[in-house]
Amino acid sequence: MADVLPTVAPRKSLLALERIPAPVWVLGLLLLAMPAFASNFVLFQIFGWSFILGMIALSLMVLAGYGGMVSLIQMTVAALAGYVVAILGTSGVTQISLGWPWWLYIPLAILIAAVFGTLVGALAVRTEGIYTIMITLAIAAAFFYFTRQNYGIFNGYTGFNNVIPPAWFGVDWRQAVPFYYMTLACAVLSYLAVLWMSRTPFGLALQGVRDNPRRMAALGFSVTAHRIVAYTFASVIAAVGGILLVWQNAQVTPGTAGIPQVIDILVIAVVGGLKRPIGPFIGALIYAILSVFASDILHAIGMSGERFKLVVGLGFLAVVGFSPDGVLGLWDKYQARREANRDPLLGGGR
Amino acid sequence: MSTLHNLSTRHPVGTIVILALVVGFAWLIFAPWPPGLEQVMGRKRVFLNAIFSGVTLGALYFLVASGFTLVFGLMRNVNLAHGSLYLLGGYIGYGVVDATGYWLLAFPVVFVVVGAVGLLLQHQVFRRMEGEELRQTLVTIGISIVLADLMLWYWGGQSYQVLSPQWLSGPITLPFVTGVRPNGQAVYLSYPLVRIAILFAAIVIGLAMWFVLNRSKLGMLIRAGVDDRDILAASGVRIQYVFLAVFAFGAGLAGIAGIIGGTFQSLSPGEDTRFLLASLVVVIVGGMGSIPGAALGAVIIGLAEQIGLVYAPTYSVVFTFLIMAVVLAFRPQGLLGGRR
Repeated sequence: MADVLPTVAPRKSLLALERIPAPVWVLGLLLLAMPAFASNFVLFQIFGWSFILGMIALSLMVLAGYGGMVSLIQMTVAALAGYVVAILGTSGVTQISLGWPWWLYIPLAILIAAVFGTLVGALAVRTEGIYTIMITLAIAAAFFYFTRQNYGIFNGYTGFNNVIPPAWFGVDWRQAVPFYYMTLACAVLSYLAVLWMSRTPFGLALQGVRDNPRRMAALGFSVTAHRIVAYTFASVIAAVGGILLVWQNAQVTPGTAGIPQVIDILVIAVVGGLKRPIGPFIGALIYAILSVFASDILHAIGMSGERFKLVVGLGFLAVVGFSPDGVLGLWDKYQARREANRDPLLGGGR
Repeated sequence: MSTLHNLSTRHPVGTIVILALVVGFAWLIFAPWPPGLEQVMGRKRVFLNAIFSGVTLGALYFLVASGFTLVFGLMRNVNLAHGSLYLLGGYIGYGVVDATGYWLLAFPVVFVVVGAVGLLLQHQVFRRMEGEELRQTLVTIGISIVLADLMLWYWGGQSYQVLSPQWLSGPITLPFVTGVRPNGQAVYLSYPLVRIAILFAAIVIGLAMWFVLNRSKLGMLIRAGVDDRDILAASGVRIQYVFLAVFAFGAGLAGIAGIIGGTFQSLSPGEDTRFLLASLVVVIVGGMGSIPGAALGAVIIGLAEQIGLVYAPTYSVVFTFLIMAVVLAFRPQGLLGGRR
C-alpha cells in the first residue's frame, strides 16, 4: 500500500502534482475541511457510513467492473472480518472474545476474511455470468443462517456488542471527527489501491480476461488464477470496510450480512456505477442520505416513513432501466456532450 | 435405461456401492430396528419422521424450484423475484380461503392471478431487455425489493397460516413399522394426512410436467428452446409466446407452492428470500434448467435439512451448503445438468 501514491501521481515530483485535475483538488480539500462546517451527525452517520459502504461496494466494483464477475459475497466477507475482530479482540461477550492486542487481531481479521473470500471465489469462478450471482448469494445466505445458529463461536442471534476501536494515540476513534478522518483515510487508500491495481500488469490482464477469456487463455494467461486473485484483492478491501463497519455500529450480528444487506451492496454499486472506482462511493453516499432522510421525505409527501425500501427498490429499477451504468453513466453522457475523449481513469486529457 | 446400463458397465464398483447404500437405506426404512441400532441412532419413529418431513419439504421445494429452473433453462433469466411470487401466491391463497372457506378454490385462483403477474413481468419488463442477462437479473432484484415492501405494506409483518380443509386434517397410519410392542404387535407410523397429500400432488404435478415436456408439441418447443433458442426462433416459431407461456406457468406454480407452504408451514415477510434461496440451492445441486434435476435436488436438500435438523440442529444449514459446495467442486453444471 505504501507505494500507491507515487504510482497514481507519477514520479516526476512537481509535474506529477500538476497533472492532478482541479476538480480533484477541490473535492480533496472539501473532504478534508468537512468537519469545519458539517455536524457530528453528518460526519459520523452519513459520511462515515457512506465511506464504509463505499469500500465494500468498491470491492464488488473491482470484481464486476474489472473482472466481469458480479459477486454477492462481499458483504459477507466484510462481516466475517468484523466477527474475527469481535472474537479475537474485545467485546461485550467476554466468555467468547479472546482479548488479543490490536496488532494481532486486525491483520488476522483481514487475513481470515481474505482466505474466505478467496475460497468462495475459487468455487464461484468455476461458473460464469449469472451463475456467479446465484452461487455467491447462496453462500452468503448459508453464512447468515450459520452465524445465526452457531452459539459457540459466533454467539448466535445476538452476535457481539461493544466492539470498539483501540485507542490509538489516546484518541477515542468513535468520536465523530476522528472516525470521519479514519474512514476517509481508509476509503481514499482503498480507492487509490484499486486505481493502482487497475494499471498493474495484473489489473490489465484481469480486464483482458473480462473482455475475452478465450483469447487471454490462448495468450498464456491463467484465466482462473487471475479471477481468484481478483477475489483475494477485493476481499482485503471488503475486510477493511467490515472492520470499520463493526467499529461504527459497535456491534456485529448475523443481520450485518443478512440477505437485504448483501443485496444493498449490489444496489449501491450498480446505482453508483460499476465502470470506475468512484462509482461505489457515489452510490453509497446516495444510499446513506436516502436511508437517513427517507422517512422525512416520505412524510413530507404524505406517505408512511416505513416505505424506505420501496423508494430504494423503485430507484434501483429506474437506474437499471434507464441508465445501466448508474449515476456515473449519466455523468458520462453529460461529459461526452461537453468535451471529446478525455479519459477520466487517467485523470488529465492526453 | 441405456444410461443405467452404461453406468454399471463403466463403473462396476461405484454401482455396487450405490446399490448397497440403496438396499441399506431401504432396510432402515422398512425393517423394525434392533435395540443396538436404536441406541446409536435414537428411536426409529424419529428417523422415519425426519425422512418423511424431508421428502415432503423436498416436494414443496420442487414445486417452487421447477418453475425457476424452467424459466432459467429457456430464457436464461435468473428470476430472483421468484420467491416474491411464492409469497404473493401464499397471501392471495390465504385471502381466498379466508373469504370463501374453500381450500381447493384457492389453487386455480392463485395460479391465474400469479400467472398473470408473471405474464406481465415477462411481457412488460424482461422482453425489453432480452439477451442482457445481468440486467435482467438486476431488474428481478429490484422487483423483489419492491414486491416485498408492497406485500409488507398490505399484509403487515404478522405470520399467516392457511387453514387446511377438514377432510385433510388429522393423521394417517402408514404401513411403515416404527417399533414392536412387548406383546409382539407392530406399531405403524402415523403422519399428517395433509403432508402426504402435498407429496402426492407434487409427484402428480412433476409427472404431468414431464409428460407435457416430453410428449406434447409445446413441450417439444420448450425443449428445443432450452437447447438452442436462436435456431428455434429462426425456424419460424413465435418464441415470444413460448416464453410467455413458460414464464406464466412458472410463476403460477410458485404461487401454488405458496398456498401449500402456507398450509403446512406459515407465511411471513422473509419467507420469500427463504424459498428463493432454497430454489437457488436446489437448482444449483440438481442442474440448472433440468426438471428431473430440480426433483432430485429438491429431495436431497429437503432430506439434508430435515435429517440435519433432527441429528445436528446447529449445523443443518451447513449440510445444505456443504452439499452445494461439493456438487460445485466436482460437477459445476449440477447433478443432472447438461454441459454448456
